Amino acid sequence: MGLMATAESYVLAIGTKKGLWLATSPDRKEWSLSGPHFLMSEIPSIGIDTRDGKTRIMVGVRSEHWGPTVAHSDDLGATWTEPEQGAIKFPDGTDAALERVWQIYPDADSRPGVVWAGCEPISVWKSTDGGEHFELNRGLWDHPHRSEWGAGYGGAAAHSIVVDPSGEKVHIAMSTGGVYRSLDGGASWEPRNKGISAYFMPDPNPEFGQCVHKIAADAAVEGRLYAQNHHGVYRTDDNGENWDSIAEGLPADFGFVMLTHPRREGTAWVIPLKADGERIPPGSKLSVHRTSDAGKTWKELHTGLPDHEYNAVLRDAASVDTAEPVGVYFGTRGGSVYASADEGETFNEVVSHLPDVLCVRAAVVVGSDAGAAAAVEQSAVSAPVPG
Amino acid sequence: MADFTVLLPGVLQPLVGGQSYLTASADGAVTVRQLLDSVTGDYPVLARRLRDETGALRRFVNIYVNGDEVRRLNGLDTEVAAGQEVLIVQSVAGG
Repeated sequence: MGLMATAESYVLAIGTKKGLWLATSPDRKEWSLSGPHFLMSEIPSIGIDTRDGKTRIMVGVRSEHWGPTVAHSDDLGATWTEPEQGAIKFPDGTDAALERVWQIYPDADSRPGVVWAGCEPISVWKSTDGGEHFELNRGLWDHPHRSEWGAGYGGAAAHSIVVDPSGEKVHIAMSTGGVYRSLDGGASWEPRNKGISAYFMPDPNPEFGQCVHKIAADAAVEGRLYAQNHHGVYRTDDNGENWDSIAEGLPADFGFVMLTHPRREGTAWVIPLKADGERIPPGSKLSVHRTSDAGKTWKELHTGLPDHEYNAVLRDAASVDTAEPVGVYFGTRGGSVYASADEGETFNEVVSHLPDVLCVRAAVVVGSDAGAAAAVEQSAVSAPVPG
Repeated sequence: MADFTVLLPGVLQPLVGGQSYLTASADGAVTVRQLLDSVTGDYPVLARRLRDETGALRRFVNIYVNGDEVRRLNGLDTEVAAGQEVLIVQSVAGG
């Protein structure tokens, strides 16, 4: 095996309100940036698919003028392809139009080519061709609860998708509506919000209607998921049948981010904000909090982060990679992006003064892809979505 | 047969090989909808930039027929006569 085939590199994709930036690094400390790609279009969703030894970056792109679309790059951003007929398009008869792609979720290694998407209006989609064409999930679209789902401040969307290793259990979260679960691979859906508060509703414990901001699965414990709610941090150990608070020990229970370790049991990260009415870091001090015991205790991680920060971190503006130790990444609405190569113990600023960061995704790339990552820094950026 | 011309803003011209306008032919007057269907038939990406999948004109896309914005006329049902200029412009929006 040659040197190039084993050389590892890291890719960090940063979606902002006004375009996409790509950063590459050999060590997760020094980063080289390319961009903006898609200048003047927002990038609310990114999926980096590293299955089958290839790297495909998929992005949800949305222009205020020209609407939403999905594009992908197989050369780390040197060129982008947009399927001519559109990757996500509401079928005839739905009388709906795509507003924004909120989530692009490559499925498990055992299901190459399968990519899920969560969108606004509230909908879930599935692709079997690597994200080039998606089909609307009819079970959710035709759900009898649809008329009662609402819109959060950012719009009404399915924003979290978690598929278990078998492919049968699928949990999604929507704002507002809460957590819905499928036990048949997405054919049918039931709400699973018992224990999650909806304090803003007349009945604070409804079957559905919660504003769950983000969910993530524990990779090592079957049936365990974590949720960052619109006030409230929760864990379930039984596939959403019951949710219990794990907010004790955090400085605030509001926030948008929920990240989990790709392999290790009980390890999750949140980035608290003070409150619904005060969406700034508690005490204006930007910190990440990590649990290593499934939420019993939390550790504040602040090394390398600013003491004074008044910008929020949005639900998808944070990510982990799959390296050992795991890298943790996030960006603020003030346009600063931070990376940690040691699971959050220390952070370095990758870049500052970008537009509002909407989405961050990171991945390890190997071999020739790593070479392409270096090359793209020199290449001209083409933007299929004019701004 | 009459010829119709649709003028494109510079930002959309890369989607049609750099052309600044597209043309169509028809017998007599046509609606803006028919004209868009015709000129974007070979350019599905351009079509999606202008209208969503329900066929509605995107909110910040403006189409002018002889200087009048079609939302103040009859929307996409506005009739275009031969010789009238059809202009597509993005509205001033965003920050």
